[in-house]
This record gives sequence, C-alpha cells and structure tokens, in this order.
Amino acid sequence: MAKLNLEALRKLREENKQALEIRDTENKTIQIIIGMGTSGIAAGAKQTLKAFTDLLRERNLTQVSLRQAGSIGLDHAEPVVEVRMPGMPDIIYGKVDPKVAEQIIEQHIIGKELLNEHVFDRPARDIVQD
Amino acid sequence: MAFNHYILVCGGTGCESSNADKIYKNLKAAAEGHNIEKDVQIVKTGCFGFCEKGPIVKVLPEESFYVEVKPEDAEEIIGEHIVKGRPVSRLQYREAGKENAGIENISFYQKQVRVVLRNCGFINPEDINEYIARDGYAALEKALFSMSPDDVIEELKTSGLRGRGGAGFPTWRKWLFTKQVEDADQKYVVCNADEGDPGAYMDRSVLEGDPHSVLEAMAIAGYTVGASKGFIYIRAEYPLAINRLKIAIAQARELGLLGDSILGSEFSFDIEIRLGAGAFVCGEETALLASIEGERGMPKPRPPFPATKGLWDKPTVINNVETWANIPVILTKGGEWFAGIGTESSKGTKVFALTGKINNSGLVEVPMGTPLRDIVYNIGGGIPNGRKFKAVQTGGPSGGVITADNIDVPIDFEHLQELGSIMGSGGMIVMDEDDCIVDVAKFYLEFTVEESCGKCAPCRIGGRKLYNILDKISKGKGTAEDLEKIQSIGHAMKRASLCGLGQTAPNPALSSMHYFADEYRAHIEDKNCPAGVCTDLVRYTVIEDKCIGCGLCARKCPVSCISGEKRQPHFIDQDKCIKCGECFNACKFDAILRK
Ligand SMILES: Cc1cc2nc3c(=O)[nH]c(=O)nc-3n(C[C@H](O)[C@H](O)[C@H](O)COP(=O)(O)O)c2cc1C
Ligand code: SF4
Ligand code: SF4
Ligand code: FES
Repeated sequence: MAKLNLEALRKLREENKQALEIRDTENKTIQIIIGMGTSGIAAGAKQTLKAFTDLLRERNLTQVSLRQAGSIGLDHAEPVVEVRMPGMPDIIYGKVDPKVAEQIIEQHIIGKELLNEHVFDRPARDIVQD
Repeated sequence: MAFNHYILVCGGTGCESSNADKIYKNLKAAAEGHNIEKDVQIVKTGCFGFCEKGPIVKVLPEESFYVEVKPEDAEEIIGEHIVKGRPVSRLQYREAGKENAGIENISFYQKQVRVVLRNCGFINPEDINEYIARDGYAALEKALFSMSPDDVIEELKTSGLRGRGGAGFPTWRKWLFTKQVEDADQKYVVCNADEGDPGAYMDRSVLEGDPHSVLEAMAIAGYTVGASKGFIYIRAEYPLAINRLKIAIAQARELGLLGDSILGSEFSFDIEIRLGAGAFVCGEETALLASIEGERGMPKPRPPFPATKGLWDKPTVINNVETWANIPVILTKGGEWFAGIGTESSKGTKVFALTGKINNSGLVEVPMGTPLRDIVYNIGGGIPNGRKFKAVQTGGPSGGVITADNIDVPIDFEHLQELGSIMGSGGMIVMDEDDCIVDVAKFYLEFTVEESCGKCAPCRIGGRKLYNILDKISKGKGTAEDLEKIQSIGHAMKRASLCGLGQTAPNPALSSMHYFADEYRAHIEDKNCPAGVCTDLVRYTVIEDKCIGCGLCARKCPVSCISGEKRQPHFIDQDKCIKCGECFNACKFDAILRK
C-alpha cells in the first residue's frame, strides 16, 4: 500500500467508517426490535430484518440499533416490530413486510409520525403485568 | 463492504487461553459451510473486559452477548442465529430480573465509561483500517497540520491528564520539560509497558486490543517535544501483545503513519520494541531506561529526571500505556471534554483489573471519583458465596487496603493517598472474610523482597527483615514489640530507599496494620488467625453437637488422624493433624470448627 498523505488518510477513514458505526451501540438512541420467534420467521421476519438493515445503511441512520427478540406473542400480526425512540411512545407494529419497514423508517423514525394502520397494542394481559 | 451481521470474538489473553482462536476459526468455517461468508464479518477483537464469563462472542447489529462459548457452539451461532435469525438463547448472558436485550442491560457495563478502552472489544486490532475508521490517527493529523507543539501541551494541560503508571504526575508538565531542552541533538519517547504488579493486566489489554492508540500518541509526543525515535518496553511474557504491536507498527509504517515525513509533513518518527525480562524493578523509569540501553535494569538516583536526561542521557518522555491511550482522544475531543470527566484534581477515567473474591472479575473502566462500592457491588456483582467484604488492595505491592468503612470514598489520587494507599497502575484485589490480612501483607513483602534489585541497603535488608517479622507473626511467634519494629523499619525504608520499590514496599504492611490492628493482635496475643488461613495458628476440632458421625472427614483426612464410631461424634487427634483443612471442606454439616 502506498504511503498516505492527508487527503488519502481522510478518504480511507470515510470509506471505513460506516461499517464500524453499525457496530457501535453507544450512541444509538433508537431501537427497532424484530420478533424472531418461529411464527415470525414463518411470516417473513427475516426479509423484514434484511430490509431494515439495508435501509439503515442506505440512509446512514447510525443512531438506530436493530435487535432480534423472541416471539412477542402476537402470532396473528407477525412479523412484529417494536420501535422505541425518545419523544415517541413505544410502539408495536404488526404485519411489517419490507414495504412497511420502509414506511416505518420514513414516517416514524424520520418523520416522527405513527403509521396508524399498522399499530398493534400490547395485549391486555401484558398491560396487567406491567 | 456491506455485511449484514458482525460477529466479534474476544481475542484477549483470557479468552484466547480458553480457545477463542478455535471459536473464531470454527465460526469462519461454519460461515463458509453455509455460504454466507459475504454476509457476515467475523472479527477477532481485544478484551471485552468481562473476562469472568469468557470466551465472549458478540453478534451485531442485534447485540447478542454470548458468554462461555465453546468451539463446538460455532455451528449453532452461524446456523441458527445468522442463517435462521434465531438468537441462541442458551448462550446468552442473563441477569436475574432483566430483559437483557443488549449490553446496556448488563450491570457489569452500566457504570463504566470507556475512554481508554474505547476500541477494545470493538475493532480488529490487527487491521489499521478499523482503527482509522474510529477516528484513529485523526489526533496525529490534527497535531501535525493545525497545532503547534505548544498548542498540544496547552491542550494536555487543559485536560488535566495525570500519569497512569502510579505516581500521577501531570503529563503536560513532563512533556514541557523535555520540549524545553534546546541543545539536545536527539530526544526520545518511551512507552512503559512493563506492568509488573501482581493481578494487573490493564496495559496488556490495551496493547492487545488497541495497539495503534499507543503508537499514535507516541508520535504526537515525538512531534511535540522534538523526538524522532520511540521505544516500547514490554515484558517478554506478553507474547500476544508483542505480536499485535509488531503488526500495528508494520501497518503504520506501510501507510506512512510512522517513518519519514509522516503524512507528507516534515515530521519523521519511528518506534522500536524492546523486550524486558520481567523484573518488577524494570518498570521503574530509570531502571527501565538502563535496561533499554542494554545495562542491568537498576534504578538511578533522580534528579536528573529522564525528562531532561534519560535514554543515553538525552531528554526522554516516558509514559505508561494507559496514559498514552488517553492522548489521541484528548486531542480529537478536546482537553475540556476530558476535564469534564472525573473529579476536581483527578480527571478522566481509570482502568482497573478487578480480581480476587469478586463475582465479575475483569477489566473495568470508570470515571475517577467513582466510589469503591459501585465498583465492587454494581460492576463487580459483589462477593461470591455470600461471604462478607473485607477490603480491597489497590496499588499492588506499593499500595495498601481500603476497608468496608471507606467503601463510599471516591476513588481518585488524593483520596487513596489519604487512606494510606495509592492508585498505582490499577490492580484491585478484593478480599473477603476468609482472607487473612497478615498473610496478604506477607505475600506482598515476599514479592518485593524477591524483586528488590539489591542496590541499596534499606530496601535489601529492611524488606527482608519486615518479611521475617510478618512470617513470625503468622506462625504465632510474634510479640508486641514486633508491631513497633514494623513501624520503625517501614518508615526508615520509606525515607532512605533509592527508588519507589523500596520506598513503597512497607505500605501493604503499614496500611493493613492501621486498619486491622485487631487482627494483628489476635495473631500475637491470642495465637489465633481469625480468618483461619495461617496454618500454624488454626486448630480443627469437631463440634460434637453437630456431628452426625458420617465418617466422611475421616476418609478424606490424608494422615488418618480422625477416628470415631459410625453415627457417633468423631474426634481429631491434634498431635497428628497437619492442618490441611480437608475435613473442614468435606463436612456437609458444618460440624468442624476452624479456629
Ligand atoms: C518499582 C516500580 C515499578 C514500576 N512499574 C511500573 C510499570 O510496570 N508500569 C508503569 O507504567 N510504571 C511503572 N512504574 C512507574 C514509572 O517509574 C513511571 O513513573 C511511569 O512509567 C511514568 O509514566 P506516567 O507518567 O504515564 O505514569 C514503576 C515504578 C516503580 C518505583
Ligand atoms: S529501593 Fe530496592 S529496588 Fe530500588 S534501588 Fe534500592 S534496592 Fe533496588
Ligand atoms: S464429616 Fe462432619 S458430620 Fe461427618 S463425621 Fe466428620 S465431622 Fe462428623
Ligand atoms: S479476555 Fe476476553 S473478555 Fe477479557
């Protein structure tokens, strides 16, 4: 490899930055949690996860962390995705296919607006437990 | 380079010694087996800190934190988690009453602030690109192209950074002394990576996990003080750290971040590694410099200080590994930012190696001024087996103990000194009620006596005498005068020894005598070791009321000194008993008394 000058160093840094930022968990204030139970996977949760991964990278949304959880207990609504971010209530969305995933990014994460037609509340027994 | 998943495998010494390399290789093989090697990047990093639960594997972006992983788990991690998207719950770290979705839910990490360890367990230390991506070499860039040497010193002054090698000397002042020498034809920069304290491994972990941070900082110092050459003095027992350093130096040279006209500037600087033989005294700066020069590693009187007359009598900046690792962040984030962490007089964070009687032993980094209680209970998870906290030894063989009474005192340079201990390099050994304070003091004295270079009499003779007195006390042969003798010899050594080794060698004894006078007296007056450690002072007897006569103790006793009928209380023949404690450990009914 050739010796770097100032510009080349900066360029190299930018090129490598994104991949590393995905690993960073410290400054992530927003969480997207995808239900990855058996029923979720059967309903296509893997494609949903893939869609989120790609979208976050494309839009360089480094403050968002993506998580997998077990079944959230809403089988009829799978794939189920929970979004937690400051200034918004914790929301569970149901039937999140890659298209809805894109809407969540655009409307909820960036636009700070709920996607009403996809909101699923927690089942009552969870509220009792809480 | 678009990966959907990242698997970080700990490659610190701890995890490496329990098969982390095999895990790494198996993960790679499994990824290839499933044809997804383009989808998942598998990286070997430095220590995650939570060594107690190693080997550790972290899967991102979802932050699954897998602990105590075995090589044969690799297939499941790839096949289940990555391919099918189902985290392997059996390997996930769990804490009672917590959801444990990610790292921020793990108590061990909650109160930590990772400045020095910012890249440890995060980047691949063998890939310079990853360091660069984390703003690596941005501080050097900034120094070379937009700061004068005086600016750098000013920034360090603002930061309030003090040396992490033990004494806490302000780093900016040391650099200024060297910079100010004008008539020198050559100056040097040295990294002290000797790390001789028993139980300490923070410096090793930084070098294993983030070697470039030290190289970058040394180059910045070279630019600041006008040095063109640096040495890293590291003990030969650290092969992994040495290897990673070698790789890092080679990569930095290749990219022109070390060597002639760095980044096209007029500044040239290069670094060499020097191996030490692993003598504690070689960590002392003048002895270390002598050792680099190829002489025997023996201390010299100071002044003159290395800052003005060091290696081959040339002005030399010498700093500890952890001190170095702080410097690049201080320049990129600013001295003000750094000064915002910590206490009034002790800025920044400190890395501690937490070991001994503690649930979560490992490497922890906390802001200066964090109370010991947070470290022991919140991060360390408390004392195992329901035992009681007794004390923490800080500063290794040069330090002393902090007791339960002082557990809420903020840990910084001043407070530790007030308590008769020191920060030292950051070893923290936790003791519980089963540890004998006399025995611990004796252990440290034995260490310093063995490690004394013998050059000066107070250390050579005084240390030996102190050890002999402690030995006598532990055997029940001590007298009240012995306590006075420890005081007078100890204070004489402090005053008259040539170097820090002899000056601080009495500290563990003096400090433990101060806080645990009762325990010393029990050994001397009652011929009793309350913790039941000092073999000559313990007696094992059967508590007749509790003994059900199962005979287990008799079968375990190696000298067959226990007798008794079945279902009848047993009896230990004191004349034959060798005090091995086998019966005590064997009895399931707490029927054996150790006193
Ligand atoms: C006996 C003895 C052993 C020492 N061992 C070490 C050591 O292992 N590592 C270290 O950095 N400093 C050690 N020191 C402290 C060094 O002499 C020196 O103060 C330190 O390297 C300065 O760096 P700093 O200003 O960054 O703390 C030791 C001192 C003494 C007296
Ligand atoms: S104090 Fe001890 S180690 Fe230091 S020079 Fe004297 S004899 Fe050597
Ligand atoms: S093991 Fe305990 S209970 Fe059994 S004989 Fe020995 S002292 Fe008694
Ligand atoms: S060596 Fe692996 S966590 Fe410390």
